[in-house]
Amino acid sequence: MDDQVLLPPNIEEIPPPGLALVEELDKLLLVQLRDGRKIIGTLRSFDQFANLVLQGAKERIIVGSQYAEIPLGLHVVRGENVVLLGELDLAREPPAGLELVSEAAIKQAQRAEREADKMKGTLRARFDFLDDV
Amino acid sequence: MLFYSYFKTLVGKEVTVELKNDLAITGTLHSVDQYLNIKLNNIRVVNEQKYPHMLSVRACFVRGSVVRFILLPPGSVDVELLHDATRREARGG
Repeated sequence: MDDQVLLPPNIEEIPPPGLALVEELDKLLLVQLRDGRKIIGTLRSFDQFANLVLQGAKERIIVGSQYAEIPLGLHVVRGENVVLLGELDLAREPPAGLELVSEAAIKQAQRAEREADKMKGTLRARFDFLDDV
Repeated sequence: MLFYSYFKTLVGKEVTVELKNDLAITGTLHSVDQYLNIKLNNIRVVNEQKYPHMLSVRACFVRGSVVRFILLPPGSVDVELLHDATRREARGG
């Protein structure tokens, strides 16, 4: 690193901005979106904005030790919503230690978790108030 | 272009990427592009229990726009080199 000089890349060296995901084509990917959702699907197409075409997409919701998968079919995801793409290790799929439940059950668990978090929030706010007194 | 060139020199090093959604991922820098999209191999999520969905993920691609910052291995930062490159870029740009 000390011997290298930071040169701007030659014009031939700069890869065209669209090639970043070419190695991920036809792979099963976990895509995390900005709103927190996790979509799993096979990457069929992409562009330089990371717009994606996912085939056989399903949304995976994990609450505690339970998870559910909601089938979505063929999906196009706008790149600005993409946080990260992860290559799913097929050997570790389906995830160990998690119990597969129905969509209704997971939605209920999600609601319960949200209530618990809200409760924790209000309690913490009350204790913080006491600290200032 | 400066940071793209700089990160290319760090390919193969272990870095931690902290995202704007507070997720932090440690991994080996595999590649970077001109948008500073980052590909990491052998990843390890910093707060593993909080992000159970990442357990089966070994390698990932992070969109440059969602990165808050990238933690670098302390030995790999050559300040003089960066200063020179910055001055050159400021003159040329």
